[in-house]
Amino acid sequence: MEKHIRLPLTEETARSLHAGDTVYLTGTIYTSRDAGHKRMCEALEKGQPLPFDPADSVIYYVGPTPAKPGQVIGSAGPTTSGRMDAYAPAMLSVGARGMIGKGARLPQVIEAMKKYSGVYFGATGGAGALLARCIKKSELIAYEDLGAEALRKLYVEDMPLVVIIDSEGRNLYEEGRAAYLKHHKK
Amino acid sequence: MIEKLCIEANQQLPKDVRQALRCCRRQEDWEIAQGVLDQIIENSEIARQEQVPICQDTGMACVFLEIGQDVHITGGALSEAVDEGVRRGYERGYLRKSVVKDPLRRENTGDNTPAMLYTEIVPGTHITVSVVPKGFGSENMSAIRMFKPSHGLSGIKDFILETVEAAGPNPCPPMVVGVGIGGTFDKAALLAKKALIRPIDSSHPDPFYRDLETEMLEKINELGIGPQGFGGRTTAIGLNIETMPTHIAGMPCAVNISCHVTRHQTEVI
Repeated sequence: MEKHIRLPLTEETARSLHAGDTVYLTGTIYTSRDAGHKRMCEALEKGQPLPFDPADSVIYYVGPTPAKPGQVIGSAGPTTSGRMDAYAPAMLSVGARGMIGKGARLPQVIEAMKKYSGVYFGATGGAGALLARCIKKSELIAYEDLGAEALRKLYVEDMPLVVIIDSEGRNLYEEGRAAYLKHHKK
Repeated sequence: MIEKLCIEANQQLPKDVRQALRCCRRQEDWEIAQGVLDQIIENSEIARQEQVPICQDTGMACVFLEIGQDVHITGGALSEAVDEGVRRGYERGYLRKSVVKDPLRRENTGDNTPAMLYTEIVPGTHITVSVVPKGFGSENMSAIRMFKPSHGLSGIKDFILETVEAAGPNPCPPMVVGVGIGGTFDKAALLAKKALIRPIDSSHPDPFYRDLETEMLEKINELGIGPQGFGGRTTAIGLNIETMPTHIAGMPCAVNISCHVTRHQTEVI
């Protein structure tokens, strides 16, 4: 199914999304990858606040290229999500609801998604130039010293995504491949 | 020249990769896979027209120099000159600086140096310079194994399929697969990397390996992983094998995985 979603990502909206849905996302999202997640989780452990309000937020696993003059942001496709698996359950537990990335997730992340009604979206890996076109605003909000890994607040319009894992734990990587193989063995 | 090649390689997909993507799109009959391939092709066209990086992972700069043995290089250290080219290319081309100084302590070098430099002395009076920006989403899914000769051809075939299977959706499929067989532990890995640089519309000169390339690409595209792992025929758009002699006791095999943004630019001085 094709769906147009406006952020924030409420629990109700999250639960209405299913693995395999094509989603066009509009609203504010936050960027973070390896080093940013490490810092945020260290802050959570110390009881310190995060640089943004995690409630109903969507985090995009991306380290963009530097913007050329006149550009909002450089190329900005997803990075491999599995490297954030160590941190994702903690982020979900404080209210972060959506994750945008590419690649497989560990069972403990999927369990946390079921518990907290999280959604894992896939953006097309390697399509950094195309995805940058959906990003209308970009603002650096924390961890500037991390360069490409700094935390950014983005405003996106109709960002093309696919639901890979939904809040019930259904997984497009398994179901999509099985459906293709079943169809071609007939 | 290295500056220019770093920028061009990151903005322009080589012709062989562009053709392979279009060819796979024509052959793909699964709807979600067609949509992903369309996005990938459109993305590379946007990057070329707007002169922006195809992918935000502009890679580690792997630089291969084939230096003619009659060439005399003056005016400073060669490796410093290569690093200076990479430094300028990544700064002036608005490319991402993705290199850390130390593998465990992880502080960014800030200029994407050092380059991963390989030099080879060849006959002649020219230098052939190839710049290969290598992203790590796919690099991380690569593997090497020291086989016993008794494992034979079937051992190698299983290993290639196992490595692609384990990579699954992570390396941004459709992938390009580089296989290195023979030599020593280190040489097998280098052969696999070199296999990725060879145009994907070329074949191994030995018919035995040419047929193995065709067979393994077909087997990979029967796995059903598909573009981005969402299911489909197009799991890989190319597979090259490079080989060299090895020891009577061994059969090293390395599989270097690359993505649909397999970049390389070459020029001759």
